Amino acid sequence: MAELEARTGMGAKRARPISPHLQIYRPMLTMMMSIVHRITGAALYFGMLLIAWWLIAAATGPNAYATVEWFMGSIVGQLILFGYTWALLHHMLGGIRHLVWDTLHGFDPADREWMTVATLVGSIALTLALWVVGYLAMGGPR
Amino acid sequence: MVELTLPKNSRITEGKTWPRAPKSTHLTEFKVYRWNPDDDANPKIDTYYVDRDDCGPMVLDALIWIKNNIDPTLAFRRSCREGVCGSCAMNIDGTNTLACTKAIDDNKAPVKIYPLPHQPVVKDLVPDLKNFYAQYASIEPWLHTTTATPEKEWKQSHTDRAKLDGMYECILCACCSTSCPSYWWNSDRYLGPAALLQANRWVQDSRDEATGERLDNLEDPFRLYRCHTIMNCSKACPKGLNPAKEIATLKKALVDRQL
Repeated sequence: MAELEARTGMGAKRARPISPHLQIYRPMLTMMMSIVHRITGAALYFGMLLIAWWLIAAATGPNAYATVEWFMGSIVGQLILFGYTWALLHHMLGGIRHLVWDTLHGFDPADREWMTVATLVGSIALTLALWVVGYLAMGGPR
Repeated sequence: MVELTLPKNSRITEGKTWPRAPKSTHLTEFKVYRWNPDDDANPKIDTYYVDRDDCGPMVLDALIWIKNNIDPTLAFRRSCREGVCGSCAMNIDGTNTLACTKAIDDNKAPVKIYPLPHQPVVKDLVPDLKNFYAQYASIEPWLHTTTATPEKEWKQSHTDRAKLDGMYECILCACCSTSCPSYWWNSDRYLGPAALLQANRWVQDSRDEATGERLDNLEDPFRLYRCHTIMNCSKACPKGLNPAKEIATLKKALVDRQL
């Protein structure tokens, strides 16, 4: 092919452009949820640091633990914990969806759509439920 | 490699708006990607108005109408005009499909038309698919046998033949592969949905005697496992096939043979 181009002068006189991709492709739910699965997966590394901090503080002593308690109880801390809960549940449900796909089920157009919607709705619902139950278990808002 | 933005020479600029036909009342606006290898300009988007009373129902009809009536320099591939040859694959209204089987009215106006995504552009809507075809060749899409050739044909039962349904219909239009973000970032090493669907077509063929070698060849973090079940391929396929499922079948075959 390169030979043919050299012979006929068919090769472009300058570098060929790359056709647009992300810029023009219509965002679709399965595609968006795929990238969200990755982002939540990456967020879980950050969440593990939180857990490690919490455990190390608990092992270190009351002062260190009080700092963690204070941070987790602050509005920023609560938001981070809420986001972490959602990331964890979302990634878990996404993992289950991929497990189902690995068994060759759920590939039909209708199935793959509802399973993807279910991951999103399910993760939000479970996160809210967990937090409501958590707050109630702690005796309601303090 | 993941590169979310376009290189400098590929960034799209504002193009020309071509005059609309004076007397027509039923016009549809088309925005079409243009790039000419013979000048120094970046790619641009030209605007055309197609007289629908004088034009067939499909996007390909509109492109041919534009070429005949407004701008003869517009370049695109087409041949069969009935979804069999796969030549007119392009990105229409945000998804990859065949211009000949996509009705103009099924798109939001203005109808946006681009070449297949993340490919080198030869001119306008014509992408360079050399890499795509090389990947197809790399899965050796022909019958491999070691036993002696039978006197007549290689026989296959109806049940075994039915296992190829959903794969033999592939026309290699490249809609699926070029819809896949994984393929956009790794097309140098990831085979992409079309080549993998074809690979499975030979893995599943009861007459083929190189199943093991075929699977060996696919057992690679990139060639097969860059598929993350994003599903763009199955949504794009203009023949209604399910490349994502065929790839999952290959992954499962690789697991099954270890058990």
